[in-house]
Order: sequence, then structure tokens, then C-alpha cells
Amino acid sequence: MSTPVSEKLKAEVKKLNFYYNKIQALKQVNLTIAENRITALIGPSGCGKTTFLRCFNRMHDLYPNNRYEGEIILYPDQLNIIDSKVDPIEVRMRISMVFQKPNPFPKSIYENVAYGLKVRGEKRKSILDEKVERALMQSALWDEVKDRLNEHSFNLSGGQQQRLCIARALATDPEILLFDEPTSALDPTATSKIEELIIQLKKEVTIIIVTHNMQQAARVSDYTAFMFLGEIIEFDKTEKIFTKPSKKLTEDYITGRFG
Amino acid sequence: MLFEDNQIQEIKKRIAQNKLRDYLFWILGLFSTLIGFVVFFTLMIDLFIDGFTRLGWPFLISYPSRFPEKAGILSAWVGTTLVMIVTTATAVPFGIASGIYLEEYGKKNWLTQMIEINMNNLAGVPSIIYGLLALGLFVYFLKLGESILTGGLTLGLLILPMVVTSTRESIKSIPNSIREASYALGATKWQTIKDHVLPYSMGGILTGVIIGLSRAIGETAPIITVGALTFIAFLPSPPITITFPFISFKWLFDPFTVMPIQMFNWISRPQKEFHLNAAAAGIILLLMTLIMNGIAIYLRYKLRKKIKW
Repeated sequence: MSTPVSEKLKAEVKKLNFYYNKIQALKQVNLTIAENRITALIGPSGCGKTTFLRCFNRMHDLYPNNRYEGEIILYPDQLNIIDSKVDPIEVRMRISMVFQKPNPFPKSIYENVAYGLKVRGEKRKSILDEKVERALMQSALWDEVKDRLNEHSFNLSGGQQQRLCIARALATDPEILLFDEPTSALDPTATSKIEELIIQLKKEVTIIIVTHNMQQAARVSDYTAFMFLGEIIEFDKTEKIFTKPSKKLTEDYITGRFG
Repeated sequence: MLFEDNQIQEIKKRIAQNKLRDYLFWILGLFSTLIGFVVFFTLMIDLFIDGFTRLGWPFLISYPSRFPEKAGILSAWVGTTLVMIVTTATAVPFGIASGIYLEEYGKKNWLTQMIEINMNNLAGVPSIIYGLLALGLFVYFLKLGESILTGGLTLGLLILPMVVTSTRESIKSIPNSIREASYALGATKWQTIKDHVLPYSMGGILTGVIIGLSRAIGETAPIITVGALTFIAFLPSPPITITFPFISFKWLFDPFTVMPIQMFNWISRPQKEFHLNAAAAGIILLLMTLIMNGIAIYLRYKLRKKIKW
């Protein structure tokens, strides 16, 4: 498949098939992920976009009877991250994820952000402090929480909790950051904050975002892949997808004729 | 839509009927609650009136005696305390560990299903059966003797299913999104369990432990079966020694008695004075249970304050 991406690649998906037990959820998916760009996955409910996203950090390995086929090559070292010989923990150390519903740990704000670093064995207080501060700055939460880092994370509002989860994911310097419908549980103000943040973040990290909000995809992403029934129907530069889609199905979806 | 007169009458009648049922149930509920309440209070008051005169320091630091006014419960409460220590030290870690295994590690197959069914059945086995099992296993087979260790292990076995079940239930109540958050950061299974699953479910686990220990402290049948003494006028060896290594576990293998047995022993004597002793011992036993529960409830409160889903 020819690719619209002419920039430096961060990852490349080749003929990916994915099975939940015997049910095939992804069919021959090919995709290229440009470095320091935002790639959006759109499509109607049940089209497999979240399933696809969760392949990138091997989340499916947590549950039995899931099976991958094909390759997801991570550059620059060309690691096939879905190879069963590759440890999913190693993959998750390099690729972070932000979930649909804010899911902070029931611990303090500080402990939430520092957890990824603690998992990696970091114990030095000075380094933890520094990285926690940097991550909270990056997620535009620092000014709101700098005086109450030891407060419980559940005292934050929904939007703040989601930004806390972004900070938590950023603290470990991931190469790719995955967003699974990060604003679907948030109000419009919190949503626009998160969107701004995502655009800011692409300077530092490659981003893949699943969204069922087409305006959101149009606003934030550089590339968009439209998925339907486990297949990628069309993949192109975002403006092209939303102005001159080449497939009838894509056009029908983005104009709201179905989905 | 307009109702006809007789339809409105019909509805009113229906409402009146429903309200009557409402009222009847309220009466029934109140009555049932009161039964429990009244019986409990009668018991408490009766116990206090009988036992109050015997309570006091000498009662706590005297050994049993054939003179009721000299008899005390020293060996009994020390025995109960030590047996409960052994019970807690075995049932809690093993129970929590198996609960975690079944919930987080064990794949859902026929083996775990079997274990689950067994676990549920074990919780309903009469305690005397545990006594027989323990007699065969700990006393005759493992030759642990008619000791504190045997008693503690027996009661530990008895409450193990409760600890396992409550562990599993509270682990189940942790949202999966929390586990996924931890795994997504690169945590291993054990890191996820140790840093998240266990701390967040500790409140629920403690509830199971409270219920289990409260049951264990009052058990008599299995303890008699494994050969606890009914009359004992010495204490187990001290756990701390003046010579190296300063800690001794010899007490584990010493003979013992527990509070319920002491009470049973006194109540089965013909003299009225011994019955008073039994009542006084009952008050102390209740107090011990209360202290134990109090500690656990306090811990649970501390742990739960921070967590709300």
C-alpha cells in the first residue's frame, strides 16, 4: 500500500490481523505513523479502532485467547512490538497510554505521576521531583496543583484527572503516546484544553489518537485513518480526508450519513 | 384521557391496599429487628449482673482453682491470646495469598472452578469436623502435639475460607481500569498487585478477617477435639528469654486452654459460684472480641478513607 506519509517514520504497521479468540477484529491493517505527528483513528463504534490502538502497547496480552498476526515495526530499532518473543512490558515501557475514562490511582497527585518512574526502579527523590514537575508542566496541570501535590487525586475535577493521567503517561518519556478517546467523558471546556495540550505535545512525542468525534480528529491530527469493520478504508493527510476523501464510504461517514 | 368515576375508585382502593402492605412490612421489619436487639441486651445484662461481682484484677491474674472465689482466668486468656496470634499469623497470609492467586493469577479452568466450589463448601463445614481433621493431621500425623500451635492452626483452617472469600470479593471490586493503568505504565503483575490491588482492597479483606477472627475466638468444639486441657495451672513458656537468641518459640508446643473451654468447665459444675465465674469470663471474652474488632475496624476506616470508586 502506498503511504501519504513522506516524513520520518516512527512506526509501521504491516498486514496486522488481530483475533479475539476466533473472531477476527482487525483485517490486514497497514498504516504508517510519522514521527512527532498526530495520527487519528476514526470510524463508527465497533470498527476496531480501539482494538487497533491497544495493539501498540500489547494491552491485549492481559487477557487470554487474543492473537496477533503481522508486524508493528517500531523505529529506529525496527523492533516488531507484537512479536510474541518481545516482552509486552518492554513495549509498554516505551509506549504510554491515556485511557477513555480518567483512571488515576487512588493515591496522591505526586504518587500518580511518579508511579511509572518507580516501576522503572527510580528511587532518587531529586530526579522524581524533577520529572514529576516536568510532566505536570507538559500536561498544563502544574499551576493548578503545584501547592497540593500530596493531595488525593480524586479531589481533582474530571478534566484535571485526565490531564493527570497524561502527566503520568508522559513522566516516563515515552516514544509514542496513545490516546483512547481521551475526551469522551469530559465537558467541552475540559475537552478543548486537552486538545490544545495534545497539539502541544507532538513536539516531544509521536501521538496516535482514537476518537469518534470527527471535529476533534480534524482539529488536532496531521494524518487520519478511517476504519470500518476492522479494516482501514482510507488513510491520508487529515485535510485531504476531510475535504476530498477518495472513498465513498469515508465521505458518507464524515458527512454524517452513517455511524 | 378522562377516568370514569369507578376507575378512580378502583385506583384508590388499590393504593390503600398497597399502603396497608407497606405498613405491615414496616411492623414486621421492626419486630424482627427488635427481637435481635432485645435478646442481645438481655444476654448482656444477665451476663453483667452475674459476672460483675467476680470481675477484678485477681480474677485476671489467677489460675483456675477448686475454690471458686480464688479461681481466675489467667491461663485461659493467655491461651486464647496466643492461639489467636497463631490463627491470625496463618489464616491471614495464606488466605490473602490464595485469594490473590485465584482472582489474579489462576486461569479460569476446571481446577480453579473445583477450588472455588470447595472453598465455598468449606465455609459451611461444621467446626467439629475441622477438629477431627486437625486431630488426625496436626496431632497424629504431623506430631505437633496437643499444643497452642495445633489449636491455632485448627482455627486458622476454620476461618481460611472466610479470608479467601472476602479477599476475592474485594479484589473483584477494584475497577479493571486501575489495573490497566498500572500495566500500561510498564508494571509487572506483581507490581500491580503490591502497589494497587492489595492496598485498595485491604479494607474489604480486613472485614473478612474481623468476621473470621470473631468466630474463631469463640470456638470450643474443635479446640476440645484437638486436646486442649480443661484445667491448667501454669503458663506457656515465655516468648522472650534472657539468654541468646532472646526469642523462643517453645510456647507454640505447650499445652493450653482457651476462654470458652474454661467457661464451659465452670458452667458444668454444680456450685453456683462457679457459674458466676463463667459469666465473668464471658464478659472478658466479649471484651477481647470487642478490642480485636475495634482494632480491625479502625484499620479499615483508615484504609478506606482514602479510597472511593
